[in-house]
Amino acid sequence: MKKTTNKSTEELVDNFKELRNEVRNFIDEEKAKGTFEPQCDSWLGGVSTEFSHKLGKRGWVGMTWPKKYGGSGKSALARFVVTEELLAAGAPIAAHWVADRQSGALLLKYGTEEQRKYYLPKIASGESYFVIGLSEPNSGSDLASLSTVAEKVDGGWVLNGSKLWTSGAHYSHYMIGLVRTSPQDSNNRHGGLSQFIIDLTNPGVTVRPIHLMTGEHHFNEVILDNVFIPENQIVGEIGNGWTQGMAELAYERSGPERFLSTFPLLVELLRVIQVDPDRFAKIEVGKLVSRLWILRKMSISVATLLENGETPNLMAALVKDLGTQFEKQIAETSRLLVSSNPSVTSPFSSAFERRLAEAILHSPGFTLRGGTTEILRGIIAKEVVAK
Amino acid sequence: MSDINEMLIDSTKKIMRDFSTKETIVETENGIWPKDLWQIIEESGLTTVAISEENGGTGGTFGDAISMLRVIGKFAAPIPLPETLLANWLLADIGLRASIKPLTLSSIDEKDNFTFTEVEGGWSLTGASNYIPWARFVEGIVIIGTSEKETLITVVDPALCQIKPGTNLGGESRDFVEIQDQFIKKVEVIAVTEAVLMSNYYKGTIIKTALMAGSLERLLELTAAYTKERSQFGRPIHRFQAIQNHLAVLSGEATAAKIAADNLIEAVDTNSYETQAMITKIVVGEAASKSVPIAHQVLGAIGFTDEHVLQFTTRRLWAWRDEYGTESEWAEQLGAQVINNGPEEFWPFITALD
Ligand SMILES: Cc1cc2nc3c(=O)[nH]c(=O)nc-3n(C[C@H](O)[C@H](O)[C@H](O)COP(=O)(O)OP(=O)(O)OC[C@H]3O[C@@H](n4cnc5c(N)ncnc54)[C@H](O)[C@@H]3O)c2cc1C
Repeated sequence: MKKTTNKSTEELVDNFKELRNEVRNFIDEEKAKGTFEPQCDSWLGGVSTEFSHKLGKRGWVGMTWPKKYGGSGKSALARFVVTEELLAAGAPIAAHWVADRQSGALLLKYGTEEQRKYYLPKIASGESYFVIGLSEPNSGSDLASLSTVAEKVDGGWVLNGSKLWTSGAHYSHYMIGLVRTSPQDSNNRHGGLSQFIIDLTNPGVTVRPIHLMTGEHHFNEVILDNVFIPENQIVGEIGNGWTQGMAELAYERSGPERFLSTFPLLVELLRVIQVDPDRFAKIEVGKLVSRLWILRKMSISVATLLENGETPNLMAALVKDLGTQFEKQIAETSRLLVSSNPSVTSPFSSAFERRLAEAILHSPGFTLRGGTTEILRGIIAKEVVAK
Repeated sequence: MSDINEMLIDSTKKIMRDFSTKETIVETENGIWPKDLWQIIEESGLTTVAISEENGGTGGTFGDAISMLRVIGKFAAPIPLPETLLANWLLADIGLRASIKPLTLSSIDEKDNFTFTEVEGGWSLTGASNYIPWARFVEGIVIIGTSEKETLITVVDPALCQIKPGTNLGGESRDFVEIQDQFIKKVEVIAVTEAVLMSNYYKGTIIKTALMAGSLERLLELTAAYTKERSQFGRPIHRFQAIQNHLAVLSGEATAAKIAADNLIEAVDTNSYETQAMITKIVVGEAASKSVPIAHQVLGAIGFTDEHVLQFTTRRLWAWRDEYGTESEWAEQLGAQVINNGPEEFWPFITALD
């Protein structure tokens, strides 16, 4: 019998009790000060650079990285504890989220020593934010078809093209862009792609806002018009961009943000129905609780496997698929259990109504971002058949 | 879990491969006792796992027994091993010796169906139940009943009962048992506390989840294999995206059941496990309800026949999801608990379940 779950579970209880309490106390203090109101999808919509600084000061950004790069040298499970506590509280953690979760990890693995020394401490302090430059107008799920190009020039590369749906580009500092460095080759669809660090203040970079249907400004189009990128801003090897990007996918898909986006609504739901819970409400709540429990256990298993150097891509895809369905289910169950007028704008809406409105309005994104459900299921099925 | 675990699992798998065959399952469902299968189970000491050697058992932990039963579930083994273990654990809890022979027990929910009346030198037992597993095949039926004052337990010889065969959806024996004014010596009747009974009920629930997790593992294997073997329109059906979607959903549910069972197996020997037991029964119950229709859809008409082995697994999943509490029954309890704790205690409750 493999004992992985056991070990991780024990660790989560014993080693992290103190850390968990520390995070909870911090959250309570901040809520008491009125720093934030819990919100759904706070890792996407909760932008507070001030809050990110505070987390950085406490060592809770880049916490798994070595101390010499500004990290805290903690385990992935310690990071799991901190992030799940912040997500469950609906805290505003969007600003540094991408840099902390994947850009930093990428640089740590593939970056030059110069890049690590320059970028990682800034990220870990909670002051430097990154965006993901993958999608393009004509390349969504079929990412390998992307057409933004980099042309070799003296001392570096010149980039032309456009990146779409880049979350947070309007307040972030850098983009890790995946671009084409050699022409498309139908025999090697994943070849010829490379990753660059693109300073968003560079001449030739235009960030054009795109508003969500809620009116929120979340993502953007980033237009690259003859943007010069010096040689020392290449990540890893030229032509190896696809492989480098994919290595982080298991992290990106299996974390607690894939099932906790609407958790703040669930808390409000409990607050409302505790007054007079009937049998139906109890059953529906019990089902959500059991689902939440198993998703968290699955996510912890993936974190443990990753920590042991494995790449559990199948399990990671499953966590994202099941987790994002669950996030939507919370909204659906809530609206059917408690009749209300969900709204984010009405002056008199209750906390329940605001959380419900956020959950509903943000729900289409859950099963799209980070690989759509359809794409994930294709990956899962292929792995199952290949076993 | 203990170090005997790996050995136990390996030998159980080997026994299952050799003896829990299609023929044996079919014969047993038709009312023939699986003599050879049971004999090897008995000889291998599997009927008394998690009972100490001093008490006549094989040793090992409760977690060991549960991981063994996952294998039993995977192979749809037609034997009252779960019931025998559960009965033995109950007997051990009240200080009686374990038996290696096949046993069963009446349901804790039905303790009021059986009444003990004091008579000279002992008790007179009367009562009936129409859902006692394997009653017609076992050598002892543990009856849980009540007197005017308390809950009592005794082991009854099936020869002294009137038994009429019945089955659950899985074709497993679930028999009608009637006992009429049966005299039982005073020394053979023992009082039992509510706590012991509840603990046994949770153990029964955990056993069911282990059997179901094993079945779901089998269900995924059978379904995935079929999508590679079966070709239509000139290609194996796993190449169709609609089938891939089915496989992905099935795989998600089977994995959820597996991880839930893994966690439970770890938890039972170290922590209190009541909450995890109820959560796991909900998780595997939902997994069964979502997965079985998918498997049948993917296997087409062949999977709907008695010829194909798929039905051994799917019918058992249909039966087991209702035994020891449906998803709704447990969800109501769990939901009540969480709602009662209040919103601020919810997240701490989840993280305390590690
Ligand atoms: C909130 C949010 C934030 C995002 N942030 C970023 C970001 O920061 N950076 C970034 O680069 N991108 C970002 N994205 C983009 C995201 O990665 C894409 O939306 C996603 O990859 C899907 O691409 P698409 O939207 O172009 O849909 P398409 O790929 O055009 O898909 C449309 C539909 O067709 C289906 N489909 C496509 N191909 C197949 C297939 N082979 N089989 C079956 N079905 C298929 C899809 O599942 C979908 O249902 C974000 C998206 C959202 C919603």
